[in-house]
Amino acid sequence: MDGIVGFLSMGGYWPFVWPAYGAAALGLGGLLALSIRWLRANEAALARLERERPRRSVARSGPAP
Amino acid sequence: MNGFWLVVGRDLALARRQGGESGLALLFFVLGTVLFPLGIGPETQMLARAGAGLLWIMALLAVLLSLERLFQTDFEDGSLDLLIMAPLAASLTVLAKCLAHWLATGLPMVVTAPLLAIMLAMDPAGLGALTLAMLLATPTLSLIGAIGAALTVGARRGGVLLTLLVLPLYIPVLIFGAGAVEASVAGPGAKGHFMILGALLLMAATLAPPAAAAALRHALE
Amino acid sequence: MLHRFANPARFLRIARWVVPWSASLGLVSGAAGLYLGLAGSPADYQQGDTVRIMYVHVPAAWMALAAYATMALASAVALIWKHPLADLIAKSTAPIGATFTAIALITGALWGQPTWGTWWVWDARLTSVLILLFLYVGYLALWNAFDDPTRAARAAAVLALVGVVNLPIIKFSVDWWNTLHQPASVLKIGGPTIHPAMLTPLLLMALAFLCYFITLLLLRVRGELAARKLRALQAARAEG
Repeated sequence: MDGIVGFLSMGGYWPFVWPAYGAAALGLGGLLALSIRWLRANEAALARLERERPRRSVARSGPAP
Repeated sequence: MNGFWLVVGRDLALARRQGGESGLALLFFVLGTVLFPLGIGPETQMLARAGAGLLWIMALLAVLLSLERLFQTDFEDGSLDLLIMAPLAASLTVLAKCLAHWLATGLPMVVTAPLLAIMLAMDPAGLGALTLAMLLATPTLSLIGAIGAALTVGARRGGVLLTLLVLPLYIPVLIFGAGAVEASVAGPGAKGHFMILGALLLMAATLAPPAAAAALRHALE
Repeated sequence: MLHRFANPARFLRIARWVVPWSASLGLVSGAAGLYLGLAGSPADYQQGDTVRIMYVHVPAAWMALAAYATMALASAVALIWKHPLADLIAKSTAPIGATFTAIALITGALWGQPTWGTWWVWDARLTSVLILLFLYVGYLALWNAFDDPTRAARAAAVLALVGVVNLPIIKFSVDWWNTLHQPASVLKIGGPTIHPAMLTPLLLMALAFLCYFITLLLLRVRGELAARKLRALQAARAEG
């Protein structure tokens, strides 16, 4: 128990050490979450649009005019 | 070279006819500086200590204020296309426009700055240094600003954006400009500052016109 | 037209292969670095446990600079060779670099308060990192200021290169300004020699941050590619 409390108190510097790690985790984690959500949204919208609109790749692979 | 002076003359004529656009920047410079003693108090010692920095910051902001119209009006009425397509190299056109901009806004500030410095109780030893430093640095402000103005041509909220882009790039000029005055008042003289300001001017004069010209060409594509 | 799409397709293939590796390497080195940094390394004899802030602060500052270098390099490639992928790489780098810069500043303030007794000093390094943050913000704002993405890409690329020329000048002038204004009494961080017990977690955390950067960069470029294709399809549908 004392070990955990000692660890968490960081030699009395807990108000500085933990917020620093917290800020880093919040910044990196937040950006990661936002990026992944944005990527998913884009890819989902793209997939929806491509389903609605049949692919023209067959027509395109024909001889060029 | 003839085309170069034609562009300078054209821009100066436009600046004169458009109801003193550049006069407004000068007015902003004077008014803003006058506000500071009202805000921080009239004690001459404090004013003398802060004066050089205040004048430099006001000069940066006043130049910034006038930059938005450096290319924007020409872009809107279509003459920018003609200027860039003209036989004169685009970077020389930019250089000419910067020269005209400096003559219309920078030079009046160089002349006014010593008067304001006296009102701010600056040590007389610093007046010469202030004027010389401003003479060396205000063209740099026009040149660096031209890059920002060229990048934001046709942008949404161009003015605010211009501030955000250009002010960080002005930091070296601010540091050495204000430092020149301080060094000549209290220290060993400001020769080094003048040389660095001159080097900054040379660098800006060679690098900024091509960069701004490239930005303008992309803007017009 | 063909080569425009050939490269993104190859890029996507490479990205799909790299992301799981970089993500797992980042997780493993991050976990090891966190354990060693928080529990497995000694406290500094002068700074006590505050030295543990170094393990997030220093890697963040390193990556803030590395991200700017990446952004500028990609911008140069985009301007010189008109490579469309390079624009997207530069654009994707900026928010990550800005986040690293902000983390470096915040953790620096949290480190400065107990060791220097103040949240902020106008120290040369702090000031230039703050300016770096403004450069990132300006770059991002310029991207968002135009309706036409190609126009935005060109303007942003020019700005990134102007920033590269200016960064050393700004750094030099701030250093110079600082030596004039401040007595050089500020405690040197870390010092030239660093104990191996501290160096190991530091390097592990730096590796974790680098892997985070690579992973997130690839994910964001994937997102940009999807967004671009989405715009093209929507435009085609609006026309037809």
